[in-house]
Amino acid sequence: MEPDSIAIKGTRQGLLITLGEEPWEALVDALARRLEKGAAFFRGGRAALDVGSRSLDETRIRQVQDLLARYEVDLWAVRSTADATILATVRLGLTPLLGPEDAARRAQSRGETHPEAPTHPAGGLVVERTVRSGQRIEHPGDVIVIGDVHAGAEIIAGRHIIVWGKLHGVVHAGALGDESAVVCALDLAPTQLRIADHIARSPEERRRRPVPEMARVHKGRIEAIPWPHR
Amino acid sequence: MSARVVTVTSGKGGVGKTTVVANLGVALAMRGQRVVTIDADIGLRNLDVMLGLENRIVYDLVDVVEGRCRLRQALVRDKRLQELYLLPAAQTRDKSALRAEDMVRICDELRESFDFLLVDSPAGIEQGFRNAVAPADEVLIVTNPEVAAVRDADRVIGLIEAEGKGPARLIINRLKPELVRRGDMMDTAAVLELLAIDLIGIVPEDETVIVAANTGRPIAFTDHSPAGRAFHDIARRMLGEEVPFAPLKEPGFLERLFRWMRPEGEEQR
Ligand SMILES: Nc1ncnc2c1ncn2[C@@H]1O[C@H](COP(=O)(O)OP(=O)(O)O)[C@@H](O)[C@H]1O
Ligand SMILES: [Mg+2]
Repeated sequence: MEPDSIAIKGTRQGLLITLGEEPWEALVDALARRLEKGAAFFRGGRAALDVGSRSLDETRIRQVQDLLARYEVDLWAVRSTADATILATVRLGLTPLLGPEDAARRAQSRGETHPEAPTHPAGGLVVERTVRSGQRIEHPGDVIVIGDVHAGAEIIAGRHIIVWGKLHGVVHAGALGDESAVVCALDLAPTQLRIADHIARSPEERRRRPVPEMARVHKGRIEAIPWPHR
Repeated sequence: MSARVVTVTSGKGGVGKTTVVANLGVALAMRGQRVVTIDADIGLRNLDVMLGLENRIVYDLVDVVEGRCRLRQALVRDKRLQELYLLPAAQTRDKSALRAEDMVRICDELRESFDFLLVDSPAGIEQGFRNAVAPADEVLIVTNPEVAAVRDADRVIGLIEAEGKGPARLIINRLKPELVRRGDMMDTAAVLELLAIDLIGIVPEDETVIVAANTGRPIAFTDHSPAGRAFHDIARRMLGEEVPFAPLKEPGFLERLFRWMRPEGEEQR
């Protein structure tokens, strides 16, 4: 997999799209591809754009805004440390955000988040039932299922997926490209498991006595580790 | 008194829905229940053939909906059992002739005069399935011990739960004990584990079922055959009797069964 120049995360305020260091046109192309891939997932959401120290004028911000609008995503804010970008953001009537650290630090001083929380999760979706074949659950943040996920069911989350029960269906954690997302289940036997752009299938044979496991991306591939670790 | 509307459905076709409706209709009527079997499989009707009533049909469900006859005129009375009736499907109409509201209205009209309305659903999850489920107070899911049938059953159970029609109960049809013993067929415990709903009956594979279907005399008329007995057991369970499941040779099966057979009213997971 090519290293991605774009990161999309679900946060409490909606999507956060972080642009890397590549030339502008390459970034816009990469963003268009990502949006195309996850079209159904993004639709109806809102997004903030993090451009770091890059200087952007109104035309370029509007270019991103128009691209997002095609997928029914509403650009509401731009985060940048560059004065030119902040100015352009204000002129377009969007919300300028402060440096990446600020929001987290402010929330922390109000005691809202765990000091180590890397980002603000978009919030959890708790599903208290059996998820059956043909059913599909999508959520930009964490998805917690209290019940089983049957074969033929699908769960797609921007962040983690936790199943307090058997997991036999298809799951995609970190669906917006977040490789730090994990999948935990009391019986982790998915038909297919994806984290960000990585794919893994369950081994054919079923274990006799399932143990709780956590799947994560480690050294570029998905691995399942028993819980608790030994 | 108001009838219980029980819809029999499956997702997958050919698993035995019509067979179940015909045999439960017979078994319930033999126990003194006033029963109407309703064929909601428009265009592919065959409940009438299985019940041996094909040649008595004058009007059908769509005639009732479109006002060509009164509901009572369309009911075909069984020649053997006084309290068993059939409301036939239209043979030639296209499926769009029937809507969910029509089914609800027709069932409501019949409720006062009967104890059970058994609705035979078409396969699939399209409009015909929705029509059949719309009037249901209870749903029976029929499956075979095969991965594809179980998967479709799961899907249908999910749709029924989403409509608030649950909890559905399961009939496992065409179980072949010798295949299960050889490990070549899913056993009951495995099916229940996959579907996580209550079991109401296990019907074994039984060739007399096919013979009976062809002669228009459902096997439940004589309960000597294994399948015939199984249908009578289901009818008794529907009437609230505690009927033990025939012991199967699977280790741990009864314990599992005990776990799935929760008492009435207890919350469904
Ligand atoms: N327990 C059984 N043993 C043997 N044959 C069966 C059994 N149940 C159903 N069948 C046969 O399977 C076929 C399909 O059954 P049917 O009731 O028409 O299915 P559906 O209504 O779900 O399409 C019929 O030929 C029927 O006789
Ligand atoms: Mg049928």
